[in-house]
Amino acid sequence: MLKLKNNDTALFLAFCVMVLAGPIILAPLGAGYPDLLQRFAIFGIFAVGYNILFGLTGYLSFGHAAFLGVGSYSAVWMFKLLSMNIIPGIILAVILSGIFALLIGFITLRRSGIYFSILTLAFAQMSYSLAYSVLTPITNGETGLQIHLADPRILDTKSTDGSLPSTNLFGLEMNDTWRTTLFGMDLQFNVGFYVSAILLILCFYLSIRIFRSPFGLMLRAVKTNQNRLMYTGVNTKPYLLTAFVISGMYAGLAGGLLAAMDPLAGAERMQWTESGTVVLMTILGGTGTLLGPVFGAGAIKYFENIFSKVNDSVLAGWFNFMPDWMTDTMVFLLGPFFGKGWHLTLGLVFMAVVIFLPGGLMEGASKIANLFGKRKNKGSVDSTGTPAE
Amino acid sequence: MSKLITSRRGLIKSGAAIGAGLATPTIFGSSVWAGSHGGYTNAPTGSTVTLGFNVPQSGPYADEGADELRAYMLAVEHLNGEGDGGMMNTFSSKELKGNGILGRKVEYVTGDTQTKSDAARASAKSMIEKDGAVMITGGSSSGVAIAVQSLCQEAGIIFMAGLTHSNDTTGKDKKANGFRHFFNGYMSAAALAPVLIDRYGADRKAYHLTADYTWGWTQQASMAAATEAMGWETVANVLTPLATQDFSSYVAPVLNSGADVLILNHYGGNMVNSLTSAVQFGLKNKQVNGKNFEIVVPLYSRLMARGAGENVKGIFGSTNWHWSLQDEGSKAFVKSFGEKYGFPPSQAAHTVYCQTLLYADAVERAGTHNPCGVAEALEGFKFSGLGNGDVEYRAEDHQCFKDVLVVKGKENPTSEFDLLEIVEITPRAKVEYAPDNEFFAGGDLGQCNPGA
Amino acid sequence: MDDILLQILNGLDKGSAYALITLGLTLIFGTLGVVNFAHGSLFMLGAFVAVIVRKIMMISSVTLDPTRTNFLGKPLEIKTTYIEQWFGSFGTWMIDYSVPIAVLVAIPVMMLVGFVMERGLIKHFYHRPHADQILVTFGLAIVLQEIVKKFFGANAIPQAAPEAASGALDIGVWLGFAENAVIYPEWRLIYFFFAVAVIAAVFSFLRFTTFGMVVRAGMVDRETVGLLGININRRFTLMFGIAAAVTGMAGVMYAPILSPNYHMGMDFLVLTFVVVVVGGMGSLPGAVLAGFMLGILESFASMNEVKSILPGIDQIIIYLVAIIILLVRPRGLMGKAGVMED
Repeated sequence: MLKLKNNDTALFLAFCVMVLAGPIILAPLGAGYPDLLQRFAIFGIFAVGYNILFGLTGYLSFGHAAFLGVGSYSAVWMFKLLSMNIIPGIILAVILSGIFALLIGFITLRRSGIYFSILTLAFAQMSYSLAYSVLTPITNGETGLQIHLADPRILDTKSTDGSLPSTNLFGLEMNDTWRTTLFGMDLQFNVGFYVSAILLILCFYLSIRIFRSPFGLMLRAVKTNQNRLMYTGVNTKPYLLTAFVISGMYAGLAGGLLAAMDPLAGAERMQWTESGTVVLMTILGGTGTLLGPVFGAGAIKYFENIFSKVNDSVLAGWFNFMPDWMTDTMVFLLGPFFGKGWHLTLGLVFMAVVIFLPGGLMEGASKIANLFGKRKNKGSVDSTGTPAE
Repeated sequence: MSKLITSRRGLIKSGAAIGAGLATPTIFGSSVWAGSHGGYTNAPTGSTVTLGFNVPQSGPYADEGADELRAYMLAVEHLNGEGDGGMMNTFSSKELKGNGILGRKVEYVTGDTQTKSDAARASAKSMIEKDGAVMITGGSSSGVAIAVQSLCQEAGIIFMAGLTHSNDTTGKDKKANGFRHFFNGYMSAAALAPVLIDRYGADRKAYHLTADYTWGWTQQASMAAATEAMGWETVANVLTPLATQDFSSYVAPVLNSGADVLILNHYGGNMVNSLTSAVQFGLKNKQVNGKNFEIVVPLYSRLMARGAGENVKGIFGSTNWHWSLQDEGSKAFVKSFGEKYGFPPSQAAHTVYCQTLLYADAVERAGTHNPCGVAEALEGFKFSGLGNGDVEYRAEDHQCFKDVLVVKGKENPTSEFDLLEIVEITPRAKVEYAPDNEFFAGGDLGQCNPGA
Repeated sequence: MDDILLQILNGLDKGSAYALITLGLTLIFGTLGVVNFAHGSLFMLGAFVAVIVRKIMMISSVTLDPTRTNFLGKPLEIKTTYIEQWFGSFGTWMIDYSVPIAVLVAIPVMMLVGFVMERGLIKHFYHRPHADQILVTFGLAIVLQEIVKKFFGANAIPQAAPEAASGALDIGVWLGFAENAVIYPEWRLIYFFFAVAVIAAVFSFLRFTTFGMVVRAGMVDRETVGLLGININRRFTLMFGIAAAVTGMAGVMYAPILSPNYHMGMDFLVLTFVVVVVGGMGSLPGAVLAGFMLGILESFASMNEVKSILPGIDQIIIYLVAIIILLVRPRGLMGKAGVMED
């Protein structure tokens, strides 16, 4: 039914279960609240898409945040002009970012290696700088594009109670949450998360199919030896451009979804640090692996949102069972790595992963799997940077 | 230090026994979720109430964020009846008794805005969705303040803005659930212009360098309007990219432009670098049109002005509050902050401390945390004893009106904190404006939203 | 005319800064082939050498002045630096000249930093994919800047140039312009000449010494040089140290122009990569040329006359020029074939 090989079917089904059960799995980790769950799913999409370009072809784009930004801006404009239903917004986000990616890809793919990276970086930084200043009539600059009561929204009925309408999917509001308690844990099942989750699953499925298709094989051939490919008379550019546009559209979808969950689009979304983040997500998780980028995205967002909130008094709470002086010592020792020091921990994690797990988090996962079930042969993981897929 | 630790432990004792998970959620009952009680988002149901302190902890404004956080912790201490009570003793409203808010012990969660709208909203959302925060406060830039303010409006949470100086926060982007204690670009200009005219004369030509984003534009427009109304001429207004590190190419042409005043509509790192460049180009001791060339920085932040070192000496600007003020409220705050941390508080610290007290007081007076009740209690609220003379929270736009300080870089500082001296305290009446003033028109408060 | 002259001066000044900051990156990235995202941190660490040197000089004894009070109403603490107590006016002179002194301190310190970085970390990544190099050096950059933030806070820390060099020169008068027409800060002129001197030194070192010859040979074909029995690894380590020292000196000298803060490395990171790539991978002259060219174009783009025609051009000029050059010249200005092209 899924047209996948057995291994892939198992992987895909496991992925579906994992994603759909996200609110339950992540609640004990303190990450089971709607906003972060949505971000996990959305940045998962972003990273999965980026991996189609970078993981398969080895072309390191440093400008994918531009597509994320274009997606967000176009979605918010749809919410302003047409309707708070997220469908038109997301469709436009994907289309516009696709067109944008086609234009940029057409120009930048004339170069390879570092020259390509810098070209994409330059385009993205130009988009960011202009969105922040000169293009303010379209982007609302520093403040970010927001929806207002006075916006036309020609398809919607005017709101009468003076409150801003919520983004919805045919009446199902994105911020609707069903809460329950299980074993003392607060579980939150949020509509917006499930919309993003289903899209993530679809995107993941598409990415498996691309990885396993002749097209995917061709992209890998580009990565291995583009020159040899060209000597055999293959014009690689259309393949590369397709991969670039697909990953740009993934980014646009992610941007559109970000706006759908929270109707605000800021220029910072296009800055090079954001482009860098998706690169790091992919490498951290495991470049070229199917699942890796999702884990990488999750890890970085987890640090950003959970570690940054652990201040000294929360830390002291953890060690409250100890005698006072020990609590103070623990807070003193751990304090620099939490709260305002979350960046430090992130940097250390980057270094640790790349030093000890050259294939990214996925290699760690398969190492653990190997430790428990010896059934997998050791050859499935090698340290040369092409980990198990 | 030991004092800090005991108070911190006092804070966590009540609610933090739940050791499960990384950061423990502050949801109280086991079968209920907070929102379903009381008819508004995150209505507190247990013996504690959670406030969300959302400040920059990384990025260029991290030090201001850290100072804000210190002030918040001090405010929480005072609200819970620990410490010396600070400005609670001088505050004109006497509702706060040091027994928390409405008898509930005050707890807090913190987050990192990174000075990015996205990150700030994510952090605020986690406070609302996970930690059950009933009020969000903080921030050190207008973009973030406006973004979080509109989030709070949608979520049904009160937002007490921290450091935000753009006219838009209580102008075209004002929201019924958002309140700003800090002053704004228009008020800076209105306070500064008469002093400048008085010192430098009415026949002056001004050259503006302006940070190219919303705050810069509103600040520049306000300054130009206020000085032009008093006879100055604006020679040029040059927009500088936010990311500029080296301002030499913007500063170099100033001397040839015929202008005799340079107005730097920059904040933070931009201001430090542009002022340093301007002084290096010798602008401070040149003669143009037979007058001394002058530099003006409309918005001063003492914390960040330190980065410009000696260059701030003699340069005029405005500030919301300064620790050298001698009224009872300021003295009480400086004493309590200084004894706890060992250095005087910044204007950002003062503003967020006031905001926390004002919120708590409004809740006490309203008898509920319901945002609509709190908003009603804050609207038109008149108070004093918080360091800025007689103050009013205007109902029409939720902007605080108070005296504005015109300051000057001190020539002979006695310590590293002693950078600014107060030149004049411009009375509130001189900086007030109508709610439909051209710089603030176009927005709509909307209605208060209790959420849930 | 004087406006244009001013902007050319600005451009040369900016360009010399760009070239100097970039020079080290070209040595590491353009020639050793390591994508070093921690390069900005080297620049930042250099600037903080200046901060630390001054901090050490400012270590003071404290006496209380009962006639004056501090913000808490207690007697005011008067600080007198030990260096002034011990050496008198010579101590004052040393504090005044703390930045030039810091340059001398920075050379060994930054070389050591470079050695440790190369031996401890980068060495193991020469044969790893670029993706791994990015992740590990980015991680390192974050760690370094967070450590600096932990000790020095997030705000800028001013570093004054020596009193004698902190004024401005009226260059225009010498060239026959009116008074005040072309005024330029002395420290920036010093920076320009300093940068030119350092660049010249590095070039002649590589060009005219045997060491330089071996390194240049090693860049072209590392294996063959190794087969000839030359320990090229040790020379590359030294090269890394030199790159770190050059970048560090650039940071120290820049401190009076841009007050050091912990994130200045990240702020310059993108720019340095753009400059190196526009100059062409593997080419030192290319990087220097690109630095000056981008500096001058950026200065011209920020002129009012230009901005009134093309609003916002100063925001994007560097990227725009980078795109045009890379499209017209596939390997940047003077890039070598085959360096980081796949």
